[in-house]
Parts: sequence; structure tokens; C-alpha cells
Amino acid sequence: MVPAGTNASRQLLPVIPLAVLFLAAFVLPLAALVLVSLFRDPQFSGLSLVQYLRFISDPFSLKVLSDTLWLGAEVALAALVLAYPLALVYVASGPFMRTLITFLIMLPLLTSTVVRTFAWIVILGRDGIINSAMLSLGLWQAPARLLYTWEGMVLALTQIQLPLMALPVINSLLRLDGNLTRAAEGLGASRARIFLTVILPLTLPGAIAGWLLVFAAAATAFITQTLVGGGRIILMPSYIYQQAVGVQDWPFSAALSLIFTLAVTGIVFAVGALSRRYLRGVDAA
Amino acid sequence: MELALSDVRGHSLDLNGIGHAFGATVALDEINLTVAAGELIALLGPSGCGKTTMLQIIAGFLRPSKGEVRFDGARVEHIPANRRRIGMVFQNYALFPHLTVFENVAYGLRARKTANAEVTAKVEQMLGLIQMAAFARRLPGELSGGQQQRVALARALAIDPGLVLLDEPFSALDKNLRLDMQIEIKSLLKTFGVTSIIVTHDQEEALSMADRIVVLNKGRIEQIDSPDALYDRPASLFISSFIGHTNLLRGTVTETDRVLLDAGPEIDLGRSVQRRRGTPVTISVRPENIAFGTERPGAIPVTIRTTVPLGAVSVTEGVTTSGEAVKISQARAAGIAKAQAGETAWLAITDTSRVSIFSTPVDDFTKHQQRSV
Repeated sequence: MVPAGTNASRQLLPVIPLAVLFLAAFVLPLAALVLVSLFRDPQFSGLSLVQYLRFISDPFSLKVLSDTLWLGAEVALAALVLAYPLALVYVASGPFMRTLITFLIMLPLLTSTVVRTFAWIVILGRDGIINSAMLSLGLWQAPARLLYTWEGMVLALTQIQLPLMALPVINSLLRLDGNLTRAAEGLGASRARIFLTVILPLTLPGAIAGWLLVFAAAATAFITQTLVGGGRIILMPSYIYQQAVGVQDWPFSAALSLIFTLAVTGIVFAVGALSRRYLRGVDAA
Repeated sequence: MELALSDVRGHSLDLNGIGHAFGATVALDEINLTVAAGELIALLGPSGCGKTTMLQIIAGFLRPSKGEVRFDGARVEHIPANRRRIGMVFQNYALFPHLTVFENVAYGLRARKTANAEVTAKVEQMLGLIQMAAFARRLPGELSGGQQQRVALARALAIDPGLVLLDEPFSALDKNLRLDMQIEIKSLLKTFGVTSIIVTHDQEEALSMADRIVVLNKGRIEQIDSPDALYDRPASLFISSFIGHTNLLRGTVTETDRVLLDAGPEIDLGRSVQRRRGTPVTISVRPENIAFGTERPGAIPVTIRTTVPLGAVSVTEGVTTSGEAVKISQARAAGIAKAQAGETAWLAITDTSRVSIFSTPVDDFTKHQQRSV
């Protein structure tokens, strides 16, 4: 008979490559990051919590963090508002339209973020599509500044991250029992009431999952934030990059990285826990 | 009770020449039906007979390809489901899982922007009627099947509907619970005086619930009649096999009132069979209309195959010399000798006036016959 221990370790054999990769590429660097963040100065002379105190006492750094989290929240909300009509159309469509919509949703995921971001620069730029169109139609007297603005950045990020929202929302809607909306309709509810009292609450787990995915992706989207937001808007990813590569202040940028990571994951867990607490009777997605 | 229930009156319903096609598939063809206010009607038929399509047309979820739907004489085809004042009870109840029992029942009232005090009064009245007042704060997931069904009915009745539609309402319940719920729901619907249409493929459900039964087959109405009439005087071979159990025996007309069975004897039906001499016919005899007898003219010889005790009755199956299966249902009183397998027995038809005669060849219907018991 094979001893139980041998049996168990055999079962674990297939996950060893992934475990090694995870350890080498995630746990070790993270540990290194923690260690680096504890040095007093860029010369690595002595350990201290001074980097964290520096962050907390610096209004500029706090503002960068809150702006970044706010950007994620705003983009996720915009994506949510756009995803529901799309998902409702999808669910009401026949097989051909569904395949087409799925393809159109997946398409952005198949192209590089850099390519998608450059497309937005072409659209939003001073000589871009929107400005040229509005100028030649005579609707605008002078080119408007769309690129390197907060709104432009939200717009571009919303489009780029939309698939992360649309897929979980569509999935929740597909699992919704059609008799529930029919029951509500039979009881005299208008379309708006059916959406607000039946469809929305029962697909909330999918919406929250999508919101969290887009929130995390948008808050940490270094390339799009930097290229569409430009140098004027400082957000956590570019702030960390600037402190590490520009200023060469590794301890401070390590502390920034950890604070940012904790803030994003903290919000993800908090929202997840809250939704489990309050979504009585609704299947968790 | 605060509200006078006798004030609540159901709609009368008329379907005139309703037809519906999904692409090239005809789901319903030339449906004509009149339902009186307060009547309880069952739409009965095998799956795919068009009964669900008919329900959806009445509810307003589907617009018929042709024909008229009238409530109290007024056409309603153009009125959407949410403005038809119809109470629906679904097969899986379709209670809103995130709302309490109270809020489920209140849903239709809130959708009609009823004042809060009135909503509370009405919901409490409804929950009292179905004896679920103690469960008002529960979620549907915390209730048993029977309780969920009562809540679903209360939700449908809370809006004082002119018409209640029930789609296979008992199919998700345990068999033991089913009859209790059928009796309870029938009496509730009758108390409300609401016109009700119950869709089912279960003939026992239709027989126990309905004032009249509409039998649908392949998108057409085969017969509309009371449960008794449907059972005793089926209009077609299909119905005689679909409603209850029956024995189908082939034969040939010999005299205006006589049929010579392939199984041997010549049967005197005591009335004109309305067919020419020599016409091949099928007679339908209910298992409880056959008794064990002795060898004499008109008795059918069979070889006993098996006897099955079914509680109140025992059913014996035998085979005729022509190879047709015959079932005999007897009250299982003490003292009746059990027929032994392999024995030959002589069967007599108890009441020939309750034998139905059809011209359709029996071979198309052997499936139904084999399905019974």
C-alpha cells in the first residue's frame, strides 16, 4: 500500500511549476518590495517606517492616491452604465447577433493596450478626428483640448476596460429566470420598474464583479493613464514610476507601491464582503 | 375579512379564430373558446399541443398571428401584458428570490402605485387567507414547495385580477401534496370568483380542478366538456385514451346495434352505431366497466397476465385471443378471488351504454394504450 503522504504529494505534483513561478515572480519580489520600503533613505542606510510617515503627512501624495482610486471608481461606473444596455440587447438577441456581439466585445481584448490607447490619441488629439470634424462643420471655432484631460482619460479607459464589465453582466443576465421578468410584467410593472426591482438586484453580483475588475484595471492602467492623461495628471502608477526611475528614490516608490496595492485590494475585498452581506436571496456570481 | 370578496368578479373570455405560427410551424389553428366569468377551465394536452402558446396569447406575452382575444367582450390583442390585469402562477412559481414573502405579494400593488396603508392591509389579508401570515418576513428560498405555491397564488390574486392563469402549477410538487394543494387552490379561486385557466398535461389535475376541460391536440381543440362528459363520452379515440385509462378493441359492424369483436364475441350495444355493416371500428371500454363473468354469449375470453394492487382498486391485465391487451379494474374488496396468471377468464362489459365507438384504426393508438396503468 502506498503511504498517504506519498499519495498526497503525488496529487500536488502538477501544481509545482505554477507554485514555483508564483513564488519566484510574485512572492519574492513582493517581499523585496516590503524590505526596500523599510529603508530610511535611497542610500539604504538603516531601517525605519519613515517612508510611510512621509506618505501620510504629504497632502500631494494623498491627493494622487485618492485621484487614482476615484478614477477607477468613475471608469467602472461609466462602464457599468454602458454595459447594461449592451447586455440587455445581447440577451434579447438571436444566436447570430449574440455571436456578433460577443465578437465585438472580445475584439478589444485581442489587440494590444498600446494600440487601443494610440487609437484614442488619434481620436482625441488636437488634429484628431473629433476636432477636425467639429472644425470643418463649423461647430467649433478653435480646436478643443480633449487629449490630456481627465474626461478624455475616463472615456478611453471606459472603452478599453468595457469587456471586463460586459462579460460578467451578460453572464448574470443569462442566468436570470425569464419567468421572473414575465411575472413582474404580468403584475403590472413597467419596463423601468422591472429593471430596477427585478433585473438589477438579481444581476447585482455580476455587476459588482465587473465593477471590481474594471476598478482595479483602470486604477492601475499605467499606459493609458500616461498616454491619454499626459504629464499633467499625476496618478499612482506614473507617480511610482517617476519616484523609482526619475528620482531614484527606491524606498519611497516601494512604499507607494505597497500602499497602492493595499488600497486597491482593500477596496475589492471590502466591496465583495459588503455585497455578500447585503445581497440576501441573490445567488453569488 | 375587510374586503367583500363577492364584489370581485372575473372577466369573461372569448377566443375567436385564434391561430399562431412560429415561422413555418403552426402552433395553434382555429381556436374558438368562450369562458364565462368565474369559470375554472383546464387546457389539457400532451406537450407540444399548443397549450402554452395559448396561455401566452391570453396573458399578452405573445400576439396571435390571427384571431381575436376578448375580455368582457372588448378586444385586447393590442394591450400589453402589464396592463391586462391578469394574475399569473408559473410552473416554478417565479417568486422574486430577493424579496420577502410580504414584498412578493405586495409587488403588483406597488407597481400600481397603491398607497402604503392599503398595500399593508391587502397583503396581510392575502397572507391570512393562505395561512402564511407568520412567514411574511421570510425569503422564498426558506419556504417549502407548497408554501411557495400559496405565496405565488396570493401574489397573483392580490391585484384583484379579472383572470388568473396557472401554468402547470402542481408539477413541481410531491405527488402526496398535489391533491391537497389542488383542493385548496380550487376553493381559493372559487372564493374569489375569478375566471381561471389552468394549463396542464396531467389529466388527473384537469379532472380534479376544472369546471370544463379543453382538450388540445396538435394545435387544435379536440373537445370542450365537463370532466364527467369527457370521461364518459369522449369525442375521439385520442381523448378516450388521453383522459383516464381505457381498453381499445377492434371489431366490425354486423348489425345496426352490433359489433363483432376480433377478440371473439359479438357485442350488443343497445343503440345504433351509426355505421354501415362491415365498417371496421374500435370500441373503447373503461377498465372499471369490465367485470369477470362466466362463459356465455357476449363474454370475451382472455388469458390473465398479471394483477397489480393499486390501493383502493386492483388492476388485472389479460390478453384476448386476437392479441389485444385488456385491463380490468376492480374494487379491492375482501373475498374476491385473485385471478391467477395463465388462467383463462371470461370478461363481461357491465354497461354497454358507456362504451364509445370510433372509426379510426386502432393501430395508431396502441402507444396510448400501452402507456395506461
